[in-house]
Amino acid sequence: MQRKLLLEHIDVPGIQSYDVYRSKGGYASVEKALKTMTPDAVVEEVKKSGLRGRGGAGFPTGMKWSFLAKPEGVPRYLVCNADESEPGTFKDRYLMQHIPHLLIEGMITSSFALGAKTSYIYVRGEFFYIIRILEKAIAEAYKNGWLGKNIQGSGFDHDIYVHPGAGAYICGEETALLESLEGKRGNPRIKPPFPAVKGLYDCPTVVNNVETISAVVPIVNNGGEAYAAIGIGKSTGNKLISASGHIKKPGVYEIEMGLTVEEFIYSDALCGGILNDKKLKAVVAGGSSVPILPAELILKTASGEPRLMSYESLADGGFATGTMLGSGGFIVMDESASIVHNLYTFTRFYHHESCGQCSPCREGTSWMEKILHKILEGHGTISDIDLLWDIQRKIEGNTICPLGDAAAWPVASAIRHFRPEFEAYVNNPKQQLEVSYYDHCRNLASAEV
Amino acid sequence: MSETETIKFSAETEALMQNIIGRYPEGRHKSALLPLLHIAQADSNGWLSVPVMNRVAEILNIKPIEVYEVASFYSMFHLEPVGNCLIEVCRTSSCWLRGANDIVAHIEKRLGIKDGETSADGKFTLRTVECLGSCGTAPMLQIGEQYHENLTMEKVDQLLEENRNTTKHSTYLDHTTFRTV
Repeated sequence: MQRKLLLEHIDVPGIQSYDVYRSKGGYASVEKALKTMTPDAVVEEVKKSGLRGRGGAGFPTGMKWSFLAKPEGVPRYLVCNADESEPGTFKDRYLMQHIPHLLIEGMITSSFALGAKTSYIYVRGEFFYIIRILEKAIAEAYKNGWLGKNIQGSGFDHDIYVHPGAGAYICGEETALLESLEGKRGNPRIKPPFPAVKGLYDCPTVVNNVETISAVVPIVNNGGEAYAAIGIGKSTGNKLISASGHIKKPGVYEIEMGLTVEEFIYSDALCGGILNDKKLKAVVAGGSSVPILPAELILKTASGEPRLMSYESLADGGFATGTMLGSGGFIVMDESASIVHNLYTFTRFYHHESCGQCSPCREGTSWMEKILHKILEGHGTISDIDLLWDIQRKIEGNTICPLGDAAAWPVASAIRHFRPEFEAYVNNPKQQLEVSYYDHCRNLASAEV
Repeated sequence: MSETETIKFSAETEALMQNIIGRYPEGRHKSALLPLLHIAQADSNGWLSVPVMNRVAEILNIKPIEVYEVASFYSMFHLEPVGNCLIEVCRTSSCWLRGANDIVAHIEKRLGIKDGETSADGKFTLRTVECLGSCGTAPMLQIGEQYHENLTMEKVDQLLEENRNTTKHSTYLDHTTFRTV
């Protein structure tokens, strides 16, 4: 098994505490950066590593950092996006809960590279117990001289503050997050200007995901080239995968990119196969926003190659036959799962979470939820399926932020790959509806109105 | 309820709020709005009345509307009273796949209320919520700060029993959550 970079010490008793974390080599990246490197040299290592944003978009981190404007006399900020809310994703929570100092260390090293004297960790509000853990780790870091003024005698000053969200998926979008951090509704901003030029308080800002910032620690410790040697092609390094749904061993796994999807699902060391040894039906590979794929397309590409856990391989075939790595939220469905009902939970989610700024998203997600509910109730028609297709097509690409696309893609892919199942709900509702959740689903939906 | 009516928090709470405001740069105190609303809600039996929000506006020296528009945007702020024990059950994909609907139906039956309702004795409020980021330990629910994961009907019954006589509100945070400097 390949070496773990983020979770190497996760099972060490007491690793949550500063003393144990430090005894396992913790804060070495801060020492190395502050004492032996220039900020630009740190950025250079991150560029060389090929690290790509782990929140979902997969944008090269080093490039994002190099876009940061550096006008004289204007503060710069690093903001950690810990608003983990993408359905199927729980890796950042796992990291912060079990090894909080890794994130703190990554924040300090990254802030040094960016020249940020203050950084904020924006944690989703529901994670208040995580905030408690982070606050304790930050207090320990101050006490031991890793935060505050003149860190380790280097002349570099840095403060970290934790900021709670309050229940809004949209705040995971970086400009909505900045609005929220400024005490406003989480309405995404129009880009440009990008946060690298005008971000928090109109100052140059880098927003990075928890896993991305944590990955800076091994990159600085071992060098960018060593990191780039791990993985496959442009998917360098390791990736945390949150595995859930109908598998024997749900959980967070750190894998080297390039592992086959088949091994990930069926290996005893990883997901352990399908729950109750049922047949695999479908997978949502990268969080709710990415296209769902049927078993045959998630295990093999359309050209018959084994599908790999990497940005490129998962995207092979475009949206016609492929998907995206996204956040690494890997939701597995066995043969008993209703694709239509699962889609209903996704669409209800996007309707609930749409900020309401853009009409196509605000209205479209509401319509899609209602139509799916109608189909689930047994009152759907074939033209409803076509209407769903039409609505999602009119949302995609027509909104300020990617939430619109994220709401459209699951609908498009479910119809693309599972249209006969939608038709079965329309043509033979009784058979589809003889399931335990029916009455309950109706209750939930009426409570929603 | 008057738009100008206001209340005072305890001295301890007001001091904590001032401390939180200090985390943000000079002139950017509005940034403290979300944490202050969380603290205000925890201090006010788990919901935000207009006078409570007015006080937060006063403390931050912003218009009351700037508080209302934010409080109504975020799902964790409650603008109506809720039961002492607020049960929030995740209903999104992975939790649904692992039986969240059965959990909700079970709680509804045991408490005699539907999703979104508060029990007649005011003890319990049941809400279904969107993904709480606990998909690998589905199904799950949240009561206050606590996540309860890998739920079974037995675990749910036990939780209902434990919370039946609670007199304190199950808020998301208390005065020890934040580090103060």
